[in-house]
Amino acid sequence: MSLALFLGFAVLLVLSALGVVVQRNPVRSALSLVATLFLLAVTFLFLDAHLVALLQIIVYAGAIMVLFLFVIMLLNLQAEPREAGRWGLKLFGTLAASLFALELIELARTKGAAPGGGMAGAVAEGFGTTEALGERLFTHFLLPFEITSVLLLVAIVGAVVLAKRKVT
Amino acid sequence: MVPVNYYLALSAVLFGIGALGVLIRRNVIVIFMSIELMLNAVNLAFVAFARQWHAMDGQVIVFFVMTVAAAEAAVGLAIIIAVFRNRETVNADELTLLRW
Repeated sequence: MSLALFLGFAVLLVLSALGVVVQRNPVRSALSLVATLFLLAVTFLFLDAHLVALLQIIVYAGAIMVLFLFVIMLLNLQAEPREAGRWGLKLFGTLAASLFALELIELARTKGAAPGGGMAGAVAEGFGTTEALGERLFTHFLLPFEITSVLLLVAIVGAVVLAKRKVT
Repeated sequence: MVPVNYYLALSAVLFGIGALGVLIRRNVIVIFMSIELMLNAVNLAFVAFARQWHAMDGQVIVFFVMTVAAAEAAVGLAIIIAVFRNRETVNADELTLLRW
């Protein structure tokens, strides 16, 4: 039963991801990406990643994509016109991306053995909860955590400086 | 029970679709969204491995990837706004400042 559920969500994910790439209206692309992020959050729940799934919805779909939509509306971007004469580039890009994806799938198929606990084994009681993630984050990953806070500060200052209207 | 290879294959397909978007789209915002799609594909691979190995480290790395993606989205969109203010276009073909 869970395999059928996974396959259903996988098909939906691929369709919404294709919707991001194919649609000519940038607002529709952004909304397709929001749908993709929500479907990915559900997939994370399948994998016992409870906090990461919630963060995906709150941070990715709820903050980053809202920022994208703000900018699209601010710049008042229209749907792109259908342009002729670029089919060669699109065909080459499609072939290159498909080849890349097929190579990765083949790699996953042959090398994805199941050492460790394995997908079938039940996880520990608190796997994927906030406590478990926090325990790893503040002990083993403390240095990257502090560096990430500096990164966020730099990003805030940089974004304000870049987007500010220069006073003439 | 879904084998981990299936999750990795799904991650690979999503990554390929994101790469496709970066290659064939000319609107820089859609290119940027395709990059976010690629980052999410990598997040899926990390979470799948965390589940396989019963280790939380994969999810901690996903936490960091999300944070970096947020910072990158903020700065990248600020750059796009600044460029749009000067060039009035978001078409990647017309933004040729760095070309020799």
